[in-house]
Amino acid sequence: MAALTLAGCDKVIDKNKDMLRSVGESATYRWQRLIQGRDALAREFSAADISPRFKSNGSHTVASDEYARHVEEGFVNWRIAVDGLVRRPVSLSLADLRAMPQRTQITRHDCVEGWSAIAQWTGPQLGRVLQMAGGALPTARYVVFHCADNLGGEPGKGGAQSPGQYYESIDLIDAFHPQTILAHSMNGQPLGPPHGAPVRMRIERQLGYKQAKYLERIELVDSFGRYGMGRGGYWEDRGYEWYAGI
Amino acid sequence: MGQADYRSAGAWRTAHRHPLVRRVNHWLNVVLVVMLIGTGLNIFGAHPALYLGQYGSEFDQPVLSIYAVNGRGVTTIGSHHYDTTGLLGFSNGHSAAFPSWATIPSYRDLATARNWHFALAWLLIINGLVFWVESLRRRHIQRDLLPTRSELSPRHVLRDIADHARLRFPEGEDSNRYHILQKTAYLSVVAILIPMMIVTGLSMSPGASAVAPWIVDLLGGRQSARTLHFITMWALIGFIIAHLAAVALAGVGNQLRSMITGRWRFRADGAWAGGAPAPTTLAEDVR
Repeated sequence: MAALTLAGCDKVIDKNKDMLRSVGESATYRWQRLIQGRDALAREFSAADISPRFKSNGSHTVASDEYARHVEEGFVNWRIAVDGLVRRPVSLSLADLRAMPQRTQITRHDCVEGWSAIAQWTGPQLGRVLQMAGGALPTARYVVFHCADNLGGEPGKGGAQSPGQYYESIDLIDAFHPQTILAHSMNGQPLGPPHGAPVRMRIERQLGYKQAKYLERIELVDSFGRYGMGRGGYWEDRGYEWYAGI
Repeated sequence: MGQADYRSAGAWRTAHRHPLVRRVNHWLNVVLVVMLIGTGLNIFGAHPALYLGQYGSEFDQPVLSIYAVNGRGVTTIGSHHYDTTGLLGFSNGHSAAFPSWATIPSYRDLATARNWHFALAWLLIINGLVFWVESLRRRHIQRDLLPTRSELSPRHVLRDIADHARLRFPEGEDSNRYHILQKTAYLSVVAILIPMMIVTGLSMSPGASAVAPWIVDLLGGRQSARTLHFITMWALIGFIIAHLAAVALAGVGNQLRSMITGRWRFRADGAWAGGAPAPTTLAEDVR
């Protein structure tokens, strides 16, 4: 009897989750954007608050010969393309990124799983990087991050099974937010493979899965629907919210 | 209390005690809170360890953790370890922080649990706002739930506790109002526990906490907020158990009916059933 109730409940829950996700997520996205304004800043901490150990989650490296070569070379040949709905598509090296004005922030990383870790991140703001490409065209609405790591579909995690290449997306409010940076250094050291070397995003007012690692390409789009299952990210394709402010 | 509509049926009277909005609030809350707890326990299972402070993960010292090792379920509280196989950590042949009968969905699915948890949270907030607006408007808070001065005297409180311990529940007209323990319990839920669930919940939101990071600091940090969210949930569960027990013991038919139809039946004062000596009511203490 209990087993039947459980199975029945699970079915009702499962069949209606998409509707609930979109209605609930929409309401949450709107009210949070309303009360945040454009520039509400996530809390920043002092060096004394930094977590002694910061676990690596998702991919711990990129399992390809190409990436291994990049690691050996110190990522001097790594390029990040900035294209799509920008005025002047560019391709940036780590040196290019380091030559720009930098922002250093000590912030807390909140994983959707529930844990948190504090670290110091350094890198240029995404807003400035987009200016290097001449800025966004008027039709641009989202920024899509394309990553080098492939999680292979993660069959055990439930949800739709889109291709395993990691990708993410944010709106332009977060894109131009002062704390949204392309982090190449962590706790004063160049970023290591477990945390997304050579460059990972920091998007401080959203959960960890939005903050893409192993960044290869930044693309401005009017819709992220053509990637994966069309939900705007690897984990979104598997049932997680696109707006990860909560 | 609102306008009482007394219709005598012999020595019995009926009061219109709970307006429709309150009854809908109540039953909607039953569904919402149960589902929020179920989805919440599923979410907890994604990282079944609680910390204090601004950060915490596998490398830090948890204040509570639940895990499985070699087919046994282990729960740690501080430095104490407990074997909780069959309930926490490992049950029904697989590892899970809370057993499948307690989580929604019954299987591990953080994405779905979150979808539901946050949609339900919206409904809880709307339901709560309706309750507060209506209850203030009808003076349910002011007249029925707020304790009076004399009710807060230690003698009065102790007497109510003693009556509860002896399972001696109010009868007659005295039963048509809330007493001090009830008032404390209900007010705690609507004014403290549920708001705390919402505040601690929003404190875990990187988007919401950017608006007022000082609230998270006040709670001791994001991980403290998570721990408080979990603890407050247990206080609510404790209330639910006590509430169900009291409802069951204090005349479950009349209790349930009054929260469904709104009508509360009681005998007019002076006529007690069965010729038993009248229990000392607290009516005369209340002004």
